Amino acid sequence: MNKLGHNYFIYLLAFTSGFSIMGVELLGGRILAPYFGSSVHVWGSIITVFMLSLSLGYLLGGRLTLKQPSVSRYGTIFVFAGLTLLPLAYYATPILEFVFTHIEDSRYGSLLASMALFFIPTVILGMISPYSVRLLVTNQAQSGHVAGLLYFVSTLGSAIGTLMTSFYLVLWFEVNTIIFSFCLLLTILGGLALLLDKLESRYEQVQNQR
Amino acid sequence: MAQVIKEERSLYRNIFVEDIGDSRCLKFSVKRKNSSQSCIYKSAPHKLVFTYTKFVMSALMFNAQPEKVLIIGLGGGTLSNNLLQLYPDIHIDNVEIDPAVVKVASDYFDFKENDKVVTYIQDGRIFIKRALLKKSQYDLIILDAFNGEYIPEHLLTKEFLEETQGLLSERGILVSNTFSTSRLYHHESATYHAVFGDFYSIKDLQSSGNRVIVAAKNLPSIDSLQVQIESLKQPLSQFDIELEKIIGFVQLEKNSPSEYRVLTDQYSPANLL
Repeated sequence: MNKLGHNYFIYLLAFTSGFSIMGVELLGGRILAPYFGSSVHVWGSIITVFMLSLSLGYLLGGRLTLKQPSVSRYGTIFVFAGLTLLPLAYYATPILEFVFTHIEDSRYGSLLASMALFFIPTVILGMISPYSVRLLVTNQAQSGHVAGLLYFVSTLGSAIGTLMTSFYLVLWFEVNTIIFSFCLLLTILGGLALLLDKLESRYEQVQNQR
Repeated sequence: MAQVIKEERSLYRNIFVEDIGDSRCLKFSVKRKNSSQSCIYKSAPHKLVFTYTKFVMSALMFNAQPEKVLIIGLGGGTLSNNLLQLYPDIHIDNVEIDPAVVKVASDYFDFKENDKVVTYIQDGRIFIKRALLKKSQYDLIILDAFNGEYIPEHLLTKEFLEETQGLLSERGILVSNTFSTSRLYHHESATYHAVFGDFYSIKDLQSSGNRVIVAAKNLPSIDSLQVQIESLKQPLSQFDIELEKIIGFVQLEKNSPSEYRVLTDQYSPANLL
């Protein structure tokens, strides 16, 4: 794949991660409501956990770029993000039951439950943005422009993810179906990145042999 | 001439108390005309103003001697007051999410509490889940949490109704104030059918947009209720309820296959339907 196509692919992945993050955050309200209600403090808990996880994800993702950055590692992050979202569909109920029976105060209950459900996948999703910047930037002069473009694309993804999920997806599908779709989407795109990296390195080997 | 005599801000909304002539209403918006949540006549506070509250009280014919009652959604506290008036020894748990509503009900609507009539500031679903853990039982559960503008979606799902059903005593009934006009109507019916099978509905399309659903673990037939109905006619008349007339609005809704999706915790777009 040429450089331009390669970059489009990374923007597409960044868009998808932005889309999924906000999609999951919105569903978070749905998942918690039967146990903690839908008051403003429940949303407070969810948003706090997402912001905290994303901030840590940015930090870790940035760190990770110092160690042999590659499209295949980038793809691995996506695969992990997809896989760590799966328990949200399978184990949300026992986790919520456990927190509900042990914590009376619905503020701290919802905070702890959000932490248990969303922390890990959101940290991993947060790693994607800084890693994307590293893969896209080729020189210092363009770095700000590239970072700006990337934030534009991923935050646009978040906006569309929020809108689609709250207006349409919850009207058409069950919560778990939507979560499975996010899992599948992230894992497939991650797998594609891994495949792409393998093909490119083979292509380079062939080129070098000539 | 309408006059707003009290404005109370809360975490959830603004609450207004408005006096118009002899009637006093609790409202969540002063701009919209039909936004009254609860009204009383100042000169005769026992008389019910709204048709739907009359329907809810009439549902007593399905279980005329409730000892323990749960009310989700306090409003002005009218239902709680009237039940206390009817049965002075009654035990009522009122659940209201908004502390400001409770305050306004006490200050402006003469909402009465005692050691058996208690109010909990909590989300209805959370209260019910906790009550299930404590194995509480109620003879009458009144669900009046929908204010016409926004539906708390987690209070209109199959799982929620199953939890509520789990709190009903052998002769217990669930009385739910809902809407009779909206696309939600059929989904709501399907959801109640899924949990309770057949249920009764009380509605008068001529006079109000409300439908009061009466569901039970063991639904009695109307024919078996003659004695209860006779015994309630007189006591209910003090609230301006003509039971004889309201019986005409009661109909059995048979459980039948529906093309409409049942609302669940997984699928609850109640506000989008």
